[in-house]
Amino acid sequence: MNIVVCIKQVPDTTDVKINPETNTLIREGVASIINPFDVYALEEGVRIKERQGGGTVTVMSMGPPQADVSLREAISVGADEAILLSDRAFAGADTLATAYTLAAGIKKLGDADIILMGRQAIDGDTGQVGPEVAENMGIPHITDVRKIEEIKDGYITLERMLEEGYVRLKVKLPIVMTVVKEINEPRLPSLRGKMNAKKKEITVWGAPDLDINTQRLGLTGSPTQVVKIFTPPKPEGGKIFEGGASEAVNELIKELQGAGIRFGRKKEG
Amino acid sequence: MNYFLTEEQREIQALAAKIADEKIRPIAHEYDEKEQFPSEIVKVLGDADLYRVFIPEAYGGLGGGVLEMSLVVEQLSRACGGIALAYAASGLGIIPIILFGNEEQKQKYLPKLAAGEIIAAFALTEPDAGSDAGAIKTTAIKNGDNYVLNGTKQWISNGGDAAIYTVITLTDPTRGARGSAAFLVDKGHPGFEFGKKEEKMGIKANSTRELIFQDCKVPKENMLGKDGMGFMVAMKTFDQSRPGVAAQAVGIAQGAFEVALQYSQERKQFGKPISAFQGVQFMLADMATQIEAARALTYQSARTIDAGEKNVAKDASMAKVFASDTAMRVTTDAVQILGGYGYMREYPVEKMMRDAKITQIYEGTNQIQREVIAMNLIKESVRGKKG
Ligand SMILES: Cc1cc2nc3c(=O)[nH]c(=O)nc-3n(C[C@H](O)[C@H](O)[C@H](O)COP(=O)(O)OP(=O)(O)OC[C@H]3O[C@@H](n4cnc5c(N)ncnc54)[C@H](O)[C@@H]3O)c2cc1C
Repeated sequence: MNIVVCIKQVPDTTDVKINPETNTLIREGVASIINPFDVYALEEGVRIKERQGGGTVTVMSMGPPQADVSLREAISVGADEAILLSDRAFAGADTLATAYTLAAGIKKLGDADIILMGRQAIDGDTGQVGPEVAENMGIPHITDVRKIEEIKDGYITLERMLEEGYVRLKVKLPIVMTVVKEINEPRLPSLRGKMNAKKKEITVWGAPDLDINTQRLGLTGSPTQVVKIFTPPKPEGGKIFEGGASEAVNELIKELQGAGIRFGRKKEG
Repeated sequence: MNYFLTEEQREIQALAAKIADEKIRPIAHEYDEKEQFPSEIVKVLGDADLYRVFIPEAYGGLGGGVLEMSLVVEQLSRACGGIALAYAASGLGIIPIILFGNEEQKQKYLPKLAAGEIIAAFALTEPDAGSDAGAIKTTAIKNGDNYVLNGTKQWISNGGDAAIYTVITLTDPTRGARGSAAFLVDKGHPGFEFGKKEEKMGIKANSTRELIFQDCKVPKENMLGKDGMGFMVAMKTFDQSRPGVAAQAVGIAQGAFEVALQYSQERKQFGKPISAFQGVQFMLADMATQIEAARALTYQSARTIDAGEKNVAKDASMAKVFASDTAMRVTTDAVQILGGYGYMREYPVEKMMRDAKITQIYEGTNQIQREVIAMNLIKESVRGKKG
């Protein structure tokens, strides 16, 4: 079983701040982490391998050279191999260009049976890359997977979470899945895993290593662009009516009537 | 303060801290109330390779020593001194196997202990033999290729939950210390039963039980070291384990200090946070200073032992005494800083005060430690005079 887990390195949002003048994220001094949803995808990948009694888990990330820290972290919790897709040409990619690049990387790797990702990244929050990778590869995708029941004879049986309840599906492999937090409880790294991760050779592929159309990469290949990031302004004004509930409501009604809003009693019967 | 730990030591420390914060702290109160042994945490520690850190590489360990073990114990104890004991008391049971085990004994037990699949315990104390360990009555009488054990050990940490016990016995009660021997006895071995589980003041998440040996026939291959070495096994084990108790004390103190420091900035009286009052500030300053001194002594004694120095009993005892007295003082002051809230079981510091107390008592009371320190001082002085 060949399992690929795509992970994204993101700023740790628990300490992200926005520069109020430029309205951009302040990245300096902010720790980078593996996108939390991707950690569940990785754990599930490792569990599938352990349950099936063999195979390899390859983690793949598109990002700057520093993203190798996240790939090593993935190795320390059970991934076997790590590939970093890194090239200046990839910079500024939106979800479409990212998915195109990742799909090219996965195709180059070859023979992936299961491709796992988190349901969304906590920085962009789009949830698009998973399905787009599947489209690029021409294989099925199931989003919001909360449980994998069985993998047998080239099919996978799983549960997809819905707003209310879930749907049980049987899908032909290969497949792209995005997972939700409910799927597992990720393990902590082990000391031996960490030591192994430190020594691990990380494969880096740039644009020339992939079979791709360079027009579809990075900023050039991105039809969407982030124009501005900002914190919604706090609502201003407002009026607080003090006192007991009935008193306050009477005051409010008076105020509204004063503003020309009319109240009628609903006719009974 | 910078203790110049190696990268690997810092990694061990960071992983233990992560487990303490994420897995232990959230359950510490519940396990204390229910007096429940933390089997799931033992599994987490095993999976994280933390039991491996002080075990030789040849037996599935990572080849570290007393310092590595102490770093783990300290971090775990920051969250719960009781849960940390499942790790530390296993260390106490493992050390004699590392120091005195023969090749077969090491091969048989250390890899499983390193993986955290099983844990160990150490049994010396008896109802009438506490500080006076020489007064033990448990016998192991030779009978062909076996030794037959009879007697009762008392207050054994990890008792009932450990799979392997190092038991100190008398093979010949007429010969005193020369007639003593240490044995490895497996849980479930015929003639070996557990007595009552004690109800304690603190470290309630650890099980403290009696071990009862009744015509328990143990093959001679289970003897650790040689016949006549029983008390030596015990004393050499304590030399290496006492920095672990010191580390437990430092961890408990640090945990209490962190709560007190945070609380002092949130609690307002007389229109100010109580941390604005010099009376509180001086307590915080003293607490932090004493903890740092205890930590320095603990790490340095551990390093001395790991460097293979010969006479380490005094250093190990100094660390144990100073750190455990510090833990008692600091946790008491932490309760004081939290005032009435500190006295409530809903807040974590009263438990830390209860947990701290044991570190002044076990593995030799602090009075006994001071005796060890003084005896060594006098011995060194006499030797010095002789030139
Ligand atoms: C929770 C818990 C866990 C334990 N775990 C273990 C374990 O895993 N394995 C194990 O073998 N034992 C264990 N013990 C036993 C522990 O090591 C003993 O309690 C300790 O050695 C003290 O013995 P004692 O309690 O009999 O006190 P005693 O020896 O009766 O001492 C009573 C008091 O007299 C003082 N005293 C005694 N002799 C002298 C002296 N010569 N000079 C000055 N003062 C003296 C002591 O300091 C103490 O204050 C545990 C005990 C407890 C409470």
